[in-house]
Amino acid sequence: MSLETIDIQNKITEKFGADVLNFRMEQDILTFEATPAVIKNVIRFMKEDGTLSFNFMTDLCGVHYPDNDIDAQFAIVYLMHNWVDNVRVRVKTFLNGNKVEVDTMTDIFAAANWMERETYDFYGVKFIGHPNLKRILNDDGMTSFPMRKEYPLEDSGRSDKDDRFFGRTPNNYQPK
Amino acid sequence: MSESTNINIVPAPDGYTGNGFFATKFDYVIGLARANSMWPLPFATSCCGIEFMATMASTYDMGRFGAERNSFSPRQADMLLVMGTISKKMGPILRNVYEQMAEPKWVIAVGACASSGGIFDTYSVLQGIDKIIPVDVYVPGCPPRPEQILDGLMQLQEIVKSESIHRRGSEVYKELLESYKIE
Amino acid sequence: MSDLLLHPEHRFAKILRDHTPEDGRELSVLNFGPTHPSTHGVFQNILLLDGERILDADTTVGYIHRAFEKIAENRAFYQITPLTDRMNYCSAPINNMCWWMTIEKALGVEVPKRAQYMRVIVMELARITDHLICNGILGVDLGAYSPFLYVMKYRELVYEIYEEICGGRLTTNMGRIGGFERDWSEAAWRKLDEFLEGFPKAWDELERAYLRNRIFMDRTVNVGSISAEKAMNYGFTGPNLRATGIDYDVRVAKPYSSYEDFDFIVPVGQSGDTYDRFCVRCGEVKESLKIIRQAKDNLPEGDYHADVPDYYLPPKDEVYTSMEALINHFKIVMGEIPVPVAEVYHAVEGANGELGMYLITDGSRTPYRLHFRRPCFIYYQAFPEMIKGGMFSDAVATLSSLNVIAGELDA
Repeated sequence: MSLETIDIQNKITEKFGADVLNFRMEQDILTFEATPAVIKNVIRFMKEDGTLSFNFMTDLCGVHYPDNDIDAQFAIVYLMHNWVDNVRVRVKTFLNGNKVEVDTMTDIFAAANWMERETYDFYGVKFIGHPNLKRILNDDGMTSFPMRKEYPLEDSGRSDKDDRFFGRTPNNYQPK
Repeated sequence: MSESTNINIVPAPDGYTGNGFFATKFDYVIGLARANSMWPLPFATSCCGIEFMATMASTYDMGRFGAERNSFSPRQADMLLVMGTISKKMGPILRNVYEQMAEPKWVIAVGACASSGGIFDTYSVLQGIDKIIPVDVYVPGCPPRPEQILDGLMQLQEIVKSESIHRRGSEVYKELLESYKIE
Repeated sequence: MSDLLLHPEHRFAKILRDHTPEDGRELSVLNFGPTHPSTHGVFQNILLLDGERILDADTTVGYIHRAFEKIAENRAFYQITPLTDRMNYCSAPINNMCWWMTIEKALGVEVPKRAQYMRVIVMELARITDHLICNGILGVDLGAYSPFLYVMKYRELVYEIYEEICGGRLTTNMGRIGGFERDWSEAAWRKLDEFLEGFPKAWDELERAYLRNRIFMDRTVNVGSISAEKAMNYGFTGPNLRATGIDYDVRVAKPYSSYEDFDFIVPVGQSGDTYDRFCVRCGEVKESLKIIRQAKDNLPEGDYHADVPDYYLPPKDEVYTSMEALINHFKIVMGEIPVPVAEVYHAVEGANGELGMYLITDGSRTPYRLHFRRPCFIYYQAFPEMIKGGMFSDAVATLSSLNVIAGELDA
């Protein structure tokens, strides 16, 4: 017996009502949105409910939408996978640009730990209740959140190539 | 087992041969010895390190050039092979490894990333290791083929052969290190 | 340099300070990495040891963070393939193919069957080279150097096949949207035959050298084990997950590139220890060989690329001789091509787990957001838990058998 997308939608809507919205198919994956207030309960419900049993958190990442309204400037995207029925569902939650906070998923899925740290590192999203929320890929001393759209790709302080070592042969070994 | 007939002897340096003696410069003899026994310290961080593995393995066999023994301890290494992207987080560690190496020491920047940052012109990547340590030979490529890495090693051998034994004590060298704030 | 020493505020430093010798423990802190040769990449593990037993570990990653995702937001679609190469550089073609399939999904491009089969061959070759490195290196770390050198010869042969197909060796940058840049040459097929002829024997010998070797078994059985529940909770995928007994494989769960046409089994282990991970990889190499043989023998007739002139680069000889082709080439490479607004996730079975790419496009020349689901990054966080309570030397074996690729982990 396979899990139909309409059943997933009914089940989640029944439980969370107006807090979950915008169910749609994005290519081959059912996608919906949940408010930040209930997102943790939604994920927990999806994992623990006997029929849904989305037992695997495949992915978690952030997206920055600077052109959106202030209450939907950041999205956190969770990709859940039910291995028994082989169904994927994508859950999104939009966060306020002034208060970039959302509950952590680390106590539901241990895998979320580093993915949340990475999202914090890139976007500065605070995960409330995270056991060790600090930068993971970048240096601790960094002040910017590089994946936000306002930060440039290149380091503005970089200098031109230093070519004093180029073109050396055994005869002119000293740098210019 | 290699047959004794296949072994090549390095040619003797320039000098005067007479009846029962051979005279040459001390520089040349030391250079010859140094150049043919370069112990590499592979500082492999990414893709180029995998090509270095191929360079060390049987098909290309870097050991033929006197670089058989990989020295993973900086204290017993002659040349630092920096292979792969050096991020800003890694920079201090690379510098620390360089400082721990005993003189004389040489550095080869293997690949585009170590030479100039390569395709990663980003906030997190050091744009060439010559920003933090002096470099002797650059090997281009992303990643360079094993042949190129070997060519880089042979270039360095040429440099080492003709290096004056006084270079490491010279004022110019001290200034060079001071420009990098290496003591 | 003082900033490389253990920070006095670090939790291990506090434990060391509070520790008194009377309780019979010999506590010490050992820094393992980031330049230690047996970390195979740049990971730092600060270990709290009691004698030789590991009590706790603190992992630091990010020493080779290159900002792939930020670069991807600033590059046109064709310019992103070189980035994917450099993610998991041990099996670059799998990354390439995953990227092409992701973008094809967004654009709605159908790939001809022949190109799909060719992709399967390349991806399975890449899987073999990756497993070959992982299993070979595991032996090297346990003190057996020769088998590794022996199979490296065949990795060179695979690289020669890549060279025939695309010109690259390690970072291949292989393929196009819709297929391959050219049909494979005679030499490529000949070398593939040569590989299929010689490699299985060499691989059998590598297996024989290790599998029932007393020293190897003593060093790997029950070392670094993880239970199936924990592995699932930590987001394990790929051979490391299958070693715990769960048979999740993207090639079977959601077949892509015609994997449903091939007959192969998914090897699983039982206890999730280092030995099982080794065995699962050995089994997968054999299955990969089986798949390559099937794909080669049943290779359909047809074109090696999809007929999508909007996205598929024109042939090189035309680019150099005709103005239209040159303009078309320029437009495609610089990203002046119509891209629909879409949101796609495509996953392939990478050499060490589910490699996923999550692409959001907004119709402009670059992706709005491209997120890579990197299997290494997700499962490496279980490493401290896997080595806790074990001997220090076992941590090395566990790390090599996990096959963590730094470039992929740190993005």
